Amino acid sequence: MRARCLWAMVLAAGLAVPALMDAQTPAQTAPYRAPRTKDGKPNLNGIWQALNEANWDLEAHSAAPGPFWQLGAEFAVPPGLGVVDGGPIPYKPEALQKKKANFADRMRLDPEVKCYLPGVPRAMYMPYPFQIIQNTEHTMMVFGYAGALRTIYMNKTPAPADSWMGWSNGRWEGETLVIDTTDFNDLSWFDRAGNFHSEALHVVERLTAMSPDHLNYEATIEDPNVFTRPWKISMPLYRRVEKNAQILEFKCVEFAEDVIYGHLRKVPLK
Amino acid sequence: MRPAFRAAVVTTIAIAVSVAALTAQSQKASTAAKAAPAGKSWTMPKTPDGVPDLQGYWTNNSYTPLERPKGVTKDFYTKEELKEVERAAAARESEQTEPGTIADVHYDFTQFGLDRSQTRLTQNLRTSMIIDPPDGKLPAVTAEGQKRAAARAAERKAQGEQYDKVQNIVYGSRCIYAGGSPPMMPPGYNPAYQIVQGPGVVMILIEMLHEVRVIPTDGRPHAPASVRSWLGDARGHWEGDTLVVETTNFNDKVAFRGASENMKVVERFTRLSDDEIRYQFTVTDASTWERPWTAEMPFVKINGPIFEHACHEGNYGIANTLAGVRQAEKRAAEKAGEAEKKSDK
Repeated sequence: MRARCLWAMVLAAGLAVPALMDAQTPAQTAPYRAPRTKDGKPNLNGIWQALNEANWDLEAHSAAPGPFWQLGAEFAVPPGLGVVDGGPIPYKPEALQKKKANFADRMRLDPEVKCYLPGVPRAMYMPYPFQIIQNTEHTMMVFGYAGALRTIYMNKTPAPADSWMGWSNGRWEGETLVIDTTDFNDLSWFDRAGNFHSEALHVVERLTAMSPDHLNYEATIEDPNVFTRPWKISMPLYRRVEKNAQILEFKCVEFAEDVIYGHLRKVPLK
Repeated sequence: MRPAFRAAVVTTIAIAVSVAALTAQSQKASTAAKAAPAGKSWTMPKTPDGVPDLQGYWTNNSYTPLERPKGVTKDFYTKEELKEVERAAAARESEQTEPGTIADVHYDFTQFGLDRSQTRLTQNLRTSMIIDPPDGKLPAVTAEGQKRAAARAAERKAQGEQYDKVQNIVYGSRCIYAGGSPPMMPPGYNPAYQIVQGPGVVMILIEMLHEVRVIPTDGRPHAPASVRSWLGDARGHWEGDTLVVETTNFNDKVAFRGASENMKVVERFTRLSDDEIRYQFTVTDASTWERPWTAEMPFVKINGPIFEHACHEGNYGIANTLAGVRQAEKRAAEKAGEAEKKSDK
């Protein structure tokens, strides 16, 4: 709480203000008015997907070899311009050390390797589609990967406990769906590069339709245990326009079990 | 049935005491009275899109068996008889955690709200879920079905002992498949569901293993036959006020009651009152049963919300069990070595 006040002061002093102003005024850059649902809200129903390299590394990065030479080019890291607004992620010095250690040991530590729930915002830019289903009280987000699900409560509902996907309350600000998510555990990562957070993570996301087939997605990430100030990522999300698009089941537990339990086999894996 | 269920509970260590389970208790008293079909004053609620509104939090929690028990010859119990059936079943469940027994080490069912009687029960007076065949029993298994069952058993045997490797442990304990869907059978615990309807789509969240079914109702054809999955490929449409969902494209590991991957499940959801949905399903698999069969059960309202059941993520049971068995093997080998030394002397 106190840390949050401090940040407010920092922001008031003018640091990082341009980036946040953009976040607060998407309507100015988005004159597009989305079609409405029957209850009059912007209609974001549909299947969406990020088309970028954010899941490899939120920050700008060069192409790099993959972790196992046997996989050749198939698991090599594709280069990306990054999705973080205004430069590198503002880690505290000791947290940056942990991020580097995470990366070095990523095949053992990345929750994605183990088919664990992806957390937020990572779920939104994994290289798989997700479906938004809106009714008046809830905005549901259904992900293929790991059977992940987000429930966005449109009537503010208090969090009962911490969780992998956090607890999300949503509201409409004009054309924009604003989602406030708290009560995370400290176990999910942001990407395959070891970017991480603590249980103090607070994510505020803004989803705004920019055309019939793409949304602007922004997430402001706050975690006083890990970062020196809030920071923001932004990217478009594209509609999967195929007529037969659907979320297919991608239960990955079976594919990850030998990673997790292989050392406990009676006859060890070679 | 019992041992499989218990194994699933024991290793599904991710604590998932549902809010639904805890809060539903307070509603229990009013359950029985509302189970009757709606009176004349009740009108079918509709979504903003104009179709019947099935939305909300529901449970199918029940002690009603799929097949009619031996010695029972009637279709329905009286309310008093049902009360006695439930009491006896609840007593059996709580026996699992008798102080000082092995089961007690794992879980106190009653304390964690895991025994079924602590959640709202649907008060189904039927003596079996199966309503067709009329005798309440599964139809005869075909020769092909019997051959498949034998082949599956042989394959399991060839994999080695249960704890030789994780792959030999049942899917439920591994948080992969807990028999949730479809047809949506009541699980031993976490029997909560949430239905959300958007334009042209019905979504059903199954609390157990956070399974999500997204059912398009826009008339599209099924996915290609080569796309197989645990929950299958669901397509819905409305017949009057009833949501009809046809699911195909199962993988061959689901094996619901010994079915093949060609199983087809047709579910029918009809809202009868503010408090109740009638859920019927027909299973067709000519390579397993000599005829299709149909079952029915109610879904009744409970309070939300539903928590995240991060089962796999918290599955310490598998690692601990495997490690324990490896340790026991090591000890046994050491003992055998010592015995050999002794006999050499």
